Amino acid sequence: MKWLFVAVIIAATTGSDTLLTQRMKLHGEIRDFRAGALGRALGAVTRTWQVGVAILLLAVSFFAFMALLSIADMSFAVPATAATLVVETLVARLVLGERISARRWLGTALVTCGVALIAL
Amino acid sequence: MSSPIGNLRLKTWVVTAIVVLANLAGNSCLSWGLKQRGRALGGAPLEYVAAVFTPWVALGIALLILWLLARMTLLSWADLSFVVPVTAVGYALAAVAGRFLLGEQVSPQRWAGVLLIAAGTALVGTTAIRTTAGGRP
Repeated sequence: MKWLFVAVIIAATTGSDTLLTQRMKLHGEIRDFRAGALGRALGAVTRTWQVGVAILLLAVSFFAFMALLSIADMSFAVPATAATLVVETLVARLVLGERISARRWLGTALVTCGVALIAL
Repeated sequence: MSSPIGNLRLKTWVVTAIVVLANLAGNSCLSWGLKQRGRALGGAPLEYVAAVFTPWVALGIALLILWLLARMTLLSWADLSFVVPVTAVGYALAAVAGRFLLGEQVSPQRWAGVLLIAAGTALVGTTAIRTTAGGRP
């Protein structure tokens, strides 16, 4: 049961971030940081289906994490879901076409080990 | 104030800082607010709705909305594989804040974790912010 929640959290977070990244790249780099322009840009993009589904998946991930904490300790939940870092990096390469340099892989691996150490 | 392209690294760090701090502050407010209630949330949906209308929980939710919007802004130009490890520095900051603001004990093992996260974040921070082609011109 614990691992089922972990799988749901990793899948929902990764799906959410992939959709968000795709939609924001489609929008293009935000350059105007005046309150009105920024509000209009984010308001428009928030009404797209990709961002809608991304927010829904984020909520799934959030409540699954709460549910996981109700049956497992923080010292299990945090390191187990830290695997999201590696899964998201893989998906960023395979689905989003990002180029992951050796240095970025090494840094991501260090961060993942660090998160696991902090919580264990 | 509109930002010229040359400021990519600067605006990346500013928005990253907002993402990390909003998440840390938002989660702290949520956690504090829910603990103030004195009892755990049950299964009834109305209990969740009632919890939202307590000040700390409402502030926490507002900060998490700021977190989401700042993160979307960041992802409009930065790689996901850049944003995810770099914003994970929040885990390390949470441990440091726990030590210096709340006086929690931090074991040597947790300090080692903090150092690994800091080193990893710094390493990813030196890589290209964006490796994919631009979207709309």
